[in-house]
Amino acid sequence: MSESDIVNDFLVESYENLDRLDRELVGLEKNPDDRDALGSVFRTIHTIKGACGFLGFNKLEAVAHVGESLLTRLRDRQLTLNPEITTALLSMVDAVRQMLSQIEKAGQEGERNDSMLIATLTRLQQAPAPVEVAPVPESRSEAVGLPTSIGDILMQRAGVTPAQIQSAAEKQKEGDPRHLGEILVEQGAVRPADVVEALRIQRSSRAGGPASDSTIRVDVGLLDKVMNLVGELVLARNQVLQFAKRIKDTGFLAASQRLNLITTELQEVVMKTRMQPIGNIWGQFPRTVRDVALSCGKQVNIEIEGKETELDKTIIEAIKDPLTHLVRNSVDHGIERPEDRVKAGKSPAGRLVLRAFHEGGQVNIEISDDGAGLNVERIRKKAIERALVTSEQVASMSEQEIFNLVFLPGFSTAQKVTNVSGRGVGMDVVKTNVERIGGTVDLQSSFGRGTTVHVKIPLTLAIIPALVVTCGGDRYAIPQVNLLELVRLEAEQARTAIEMVHGAPVYRLRGRLLPLIYLSRELQLEESGERADAVNIVVLQADDRQFGLVVDEINDTEEIVVKPLRKQLKTVKTFVGSSIMGDGRVALILDVLGLAQRAGVVSESRARPVAEKAAEVAETAGEKQTFLLFAGLDDSRMAIPLSTLARLEEFPISQVEMSGGQWVTQYRGRILPLIRLSVVLEERRNRLRALHAPPAPDSALLQVLVLNHEGHSFGLVVERILDIVEDRADVRSPANRAAVLYSAVIGNRVTELLDIPAILRVAGVSAARPRPVTKSAEAAN
Amino acid sequence: MAQSSQYCTFYLDKLLFGVELKGVQEVIRSLEVTRVPLAPAAVSGLINLRGQVVTAVDLRRQLQLEPRPPGLPAMNVVVRSDDGAVSLLVDEIGDVVEVEEISFEPPPGTLRSSVRSMVQGVHKLNGRLLHVLDIENACHICADGQTGFGDHSSENRITDKSDLAD
Repeated sequence: MSESDIVNDFLVESYENLDRLDRELVGLEKNPDDRDALGSVFRTIHTIKGACGFLGFNKLEAVAHVGESLLTRLRDRQLTLNPEITTALLSMVDAVRQMLSQIEKAGQEGERNDSMLIATLTRLQQAPAPVEVAPVPESRSEAVGLPTSIGDILMQRAGVTPAQIQSAAEKQKEGDPRHLGEILVEQGAVRPADVVEALRIQRSSRAGGPASDSTIRVDVGLLDKVMNLVGELVLARNQVLQFAKRIKDTGFLAASQRLNLITTELQEVVMKTRMQPIGNIWGQFPRTVRDVALSCGKQVNIEIEGKETELDKTIIEAIKDPLTHLVRNSVDHGIERPEDRVKAGKSPAGRLVLRAFHEGGQVNIEISDDGAGLNVERIRKKAIERALVTSEQVASMSEQEIFNLVFLPGFSTAQKVTNVSGRGVGMDVVKTNVERIGGTVDLQSSFGRGTTVHVKIPLTLAIIPALVVTCGGDRYAIPQVNLLELVRLEAEQARTAIEMVHGAPVYRLRGRLLPLIYLSRELQLEESGERADAVNIVVLQADDRQFGLVVDEINDTEEIVVKPLRKQLKTVKTFVGSSIMGDGRVALILDVLGLAQRAGVVSESRARPVAEKAAEVAETAGEKQTFLLFAGLDDSRMAIPLSTLARLEEFPISQVEMSGGQWVTQYRGRILPLIRLSVVLEERRNRLRALHAPPAPDSALLQVLVLNHEGHSFGLVVERILDIVEDRADVRSPANRAAVLYSAVIGNRVTELLDIPAILRVAGVSAARPRPVTKSAEAAN
Repeated sequence: MAQSSQYCTFYLDKLLFGVELKGVQEVIRSLEVTRVPLAPAAVSGLINLRGQVVTAVDLRRQLQLEPRPPGLPAMNVVVRSDDGAVSLLVDEIGDVVEVEEISFEPPPGTLRSSVRSMVQGVHKLNGRLLHVLDIENACHICADGQTGFGDHSSENRITDKSDLAD
């Protein structure tokens, strides 16, 4: 073994130890009396120090040495751990890590000045307790290197005195070949049964220790090679299986079946060798959270569930940064300052929960906090301010869609830019990075109660399930993750079922128009001349849009081994890679998103057109619909479809102003006309009286339904909001008064459905296109 | 002392080309090529080279020669580029020739600039010229499908090499 090999081993081992140190130190801060953890921290630093001395890294050794001295004082209870000491020890870990990476790059420690750090660490040792740093009982200093020495165990368990162990150890030094236990038994200091018990304890503690004999280090490159070879084997197996089908030889068939089983198992096992528990990257998060929380004056408890969940190494590496960003975001923006939390009736310390679990061949990761949650209003404003969406678009968006705006490039709601996050280059990068490895990000939030981010990622990238289709005589693979369903239209059906929207082909899939893309046209393949007698539509999902891909033939689903495209083909955005099929030919793997973008199905801005939303509303007409119920006149019940409702608001009566004989209020920078339901529903002769009647003194707050009608908004003042229900509303009778569409049985009671355009007519309100309030203010001046 | 080097030679539209032998991984007869729609014209497609997917570059198109007449099967000269193996499609394989540096001459200034980066120069053999192909540049495909290497860096490189040859 050459010296560079030794240094390499030292580096690899030290990095692992440092990662563990981060975790243990943060754990210790929470629980300073954990002697085991303290012992482990001490041993780790001790090991690094020893190796540095041996390899001649003097600066590293000096830093580790003061750290060790400080830890000795802690271990001997001459000091107790406090945040200052923890911070100093963590910066020591950082310094060691930096030096290690310097050694890795340059082969030597390089020019560094750690005198500040060393001074801090030395100063911290000078706390209350006296006397020099003497490792107190002799046997203890020996115990440092090993997990537990037999002498220690005997002292604890069997009441052996240190002096007895000392004398036995001296006998060993003088040349007594027997074990320590044997000498002690002979001296009558201990019973043989105690020694046996002590050995058992020692064995079990060693097995659980950091260095276990059952693992070996393997170069990742080697594993990659094995993985590739297994990929080849899978292909060869596929070929053999195809032969076996043709050659009707039972012996050969049996052998190929066995080959099939073994290959599948081998593939799984080799995949496992590349699997790493997500805990490997989560291990650093307690440290990250601690640092961020400390720097913004917050208290955060981190809880980790499912850290043993395993993922492919390449994926682990790819999601490390996005996850770190999300965690930092939660602490920085999500969780409030302790005083704000107490005001909101929460405990001063925030709670950050990381969860990972397997589900349906994918890994789910959840990062949730119990912080302030997302402020829909602020996101809306910000998105308009940054011109990411128009105010019309925002008005028709659901809360969930508004949350998703934070993933747009250039979006950041942080009030101030901190050194942690809020630079506007956050969530969009997270989304892009997760999507690059075939994953999805989704966000849920409830204002005042917290935010949860769900990340879904595939287990591995190397072998994926795919649908194989034929087009223009060539086969193409479509990753299964993008696949929704398959539709086959027979010849006569196809002629009528595919309609044109000004030249753009569409198909009505369950009442909704599905844009169609012809693969042969998109790929500029020569048309196969005679149209096939049936049309095959592969319904695909790209970036929350659906579209139908028309192909010549749908073959089968297969597990394919993904081979990346070389740089000669990097410019072709419609393919993500290639794969070798069972017959040995190469097939291209379609990039569904790239194809959708090429065809214009998905625009770069990711904005969803209003038309699609309208289609959703229309679709639900015959089916169940959601209604907002509110009190009408004389204890009657009235309803509007929830889809017409923009928001529910409460305005204090003092905010209502009169303009042109009409109630108005200032709402989100606009003038919102207010229509009183009671006025609209009164008979004509009473209407005038009602209109000028002062509002009831007890109704200090007005319940207002903010409605959108043809792009205009107005507020409908109702007395009481009752409920939101889902119903078919198919038992109907015609309306018996104006401003009502019909009466229907909704939620087992007869309810009148409001006719919104009629209300506007009756009220004489021209729900004018909303203007910015500043302009009208100027006009008023 | 005169230096000699070995070239793997092949024909393209009756012209004799050569790549340095040490850059050649293997030479194989015609393989089935999977076309890549929308790819630059010089990319012929993808081939399965014993479980490895390799890009096949149509050297005739890349060097802006006449397209290969239909029915003429292409041979694959698999070369090692910086980005892994690439198969160069050629008409016919020639011998391995050993040439002296002394017979080398840089390309004439009248050589079409669009192919200049790919042709390092020629060796004057008995009765014919051996075009020396630059492997990296021959494997490089421009985004628009053209193979223009008008930039100065590559031109400089060629002059440097000719300096060395002198």
